[in-house]
Amino acid sequence: MKKILAYIFLILIALYILIPLYVLLATTFKPLQEIGISDMWKLPKQWSLSGFIKAFQKLGPNLKNSFYLTIPATIVSAFIGSINGYVFSKVKFKYANLVFAIILFGMFIPYQSVLFPLIRFLQSIKLYGTIPGLILVHVVYGIPITTLIFRNYYSEVPNELVEASYMDGAGFFKTYTKVLFPISIPAFVVVIIWQFTNIWNEFLFAVTVTSSPEKQPVTVALVNLAGSQVVEWNVQMAGALLTALPTLIVYILLGKYFIRGLLAGSVKG
Amino acid sequence: MILRKKNLVIGISVVAPSIIAIAIFVYGFISWTLRVSFSNWNSFSALLRGEYKFVGLRNYIRLFQDTRFQTDLWNTLFFTLFFLFGTIALGIIMAILVDKGLKGSRLFQNLYLFPMAISFVVTGTVWSWIFAPGTLPNNPQGINLLFHKLGLDNLMWGWYTSTDSLGHFNLALIPVIIAAVWQLSGYTMAMYLAGLRGIPNDIIEAAKVDGASEWKIFWKVKMPLLTPITLSALIILGHISLKIFDLVFAMTGSGPNFVTDVPAIYMFELTFRSNRYALGSAIAIIMLLFVAVVIVPYLFTSMRGEKR
Repeated sequence: MKKILAYIFLILIALYILIPLYVLLATTFKPLQEIGISDMWKLPKQWSLSGFIKAFQKLGPNLKNSFYLTIPATIVSAFIGSINGYVFSKVKFKYANLVFAIILFGMFIPYQSVLFPLIRFLQSIKLYGTIPGLILVHVVYGIPITTLIFRNYYSEVPNELVEASYMDGAGFFKTYTKVLFPISIPAFVVVIIWQFTNIWNEFLFAVTVTSSPEKQPVTVALVNLAGSQVVEWNVQMAGALLTALPTLIVYILLGKYFIRGLLAGSVKG
Repeated sequence: MILRKKNLVIGISVVAPSIIAIAIFVYGFISWTLRVSFSNWNSFSALLRGEYKFVGLRNYIRLFQDTRFQTDLWNTLFFTLFFLFGTIALGIIMAILVDKGLKGSRLFQNLYLFPMAISFVVTGTVWSWIFAPGTLPNNPQGINLLFHKLGLDNLMWGWYTSTDSLGHFNLALIPVIIAAVWQLSGYTMAMYLAGLRGIPNDIIEAAKVDGASEWKIFWKVKMPLLTPITLSALIILGHISLKIFDLVFAMTGSGPNFVTDVPAIYMFELTFRSNRYALGSAIAIIMLLFVAVVIVPYLFTSMRGEKR
């Protein structure tokens, strides 16, 4: 009896979670003549890729921009986080914890509070409105979270291991490449997934740092697409699906690591 | 000893670029925004001329007298309250149900968490269509259409286009809250699950031996042990809510009479649509203060807790 009740609740909540997904898929694959409002909750009578193709034509270049932005930014910030994490966990200097807390605060700030100076700064170094400009922004504001994840990961590594490597005459960098880096793969996976998802999904920097449509990441292009009244619903929903697809695939394949990143961002510095 | 000193020097120089970057991009830029918020830069030409005129708190005073900004503050308050309550309640329920270890619970857990992988912008776009009211009463759309088909016509209303309110609570926020809870309750579930799984089994067993019911074990044994998680969840979700932007922007925008407006949207429009940089900066600083009040004590207690 209790079991049945539990299942009922599990399924009710699942329905809530699935509603948008249902609407998204059902609408995306409807042909033009079926997207009238009155058919909104129905499955397509005839499955069609026309909305998907049209959305891809419109958003294709922006998807490319998002990849050009997300991949380099993710890789660079993972390496910065790794080396920073090494220092903050294994090299104890005065006020290290205080400095770390001050860095960490940077991941919680509303980015509105840096936006105007940031844009003036990007204009002055001629990176405003460019993908490299956005990469720089994401790398810098990614420092707190990537450092945090690696620092927590390396804290679990016994200090003796690092000390022994120093004793053997290995220097600072050699100890990193020989001792820590080889065992860092799980942390790299967590950080890469986390940064990839966040940068891909990001909107505020994307909409303010890029101005011309051909430079915009896909999140901005989606909002513009959905905001225009002339675009058909199936195309809009297909656009939403396209925007969600890369991070969704990452989640489906590597969900376990995604959860670790999530929790690292919340549970304790 | 010499070796240690050498490594110390190398270590500090390795993190120095990051520290400098954060010093400039976070703290330097915040000070710059603060300076702008005290200025008369409320037009493009003022900015071009670049003459800085200090006007004190004038921009802040103007904001607090501005009815749109007052609406934003009320909206933030009610949005935060209901969003926190909804997300945490649903998150706990999800965690309890999934933690029972029933067949298929792994599947439900993965399903509940998937919205976290999706952009707020996508969430906003899809929920915006679901809650679009259509033309009432004859041409309902979305949820209204569903109600109409089920014969529940009196449940149809304007959703996020409605200007109804209860006191200062704009009811148009309800659909936005539903969408935000949809996105983040799975995350809360993950936090609670991590907590639940960390509770040592013998504590639960001891309570069972004492004859405590499952219900009692949950409220008297588990919940108190989960208090730190609830606190973390409140702080993380609370700070997300205080700076919410993309979801509202993509889903409803400011709405009629600013019923779904939030400070972040007003800031965006002032700064990037009407060149009123000083006013926009003042909003940004107010948002930062809200977030700092929540986050700074949290950061310092967790850093201190670690030292022990």
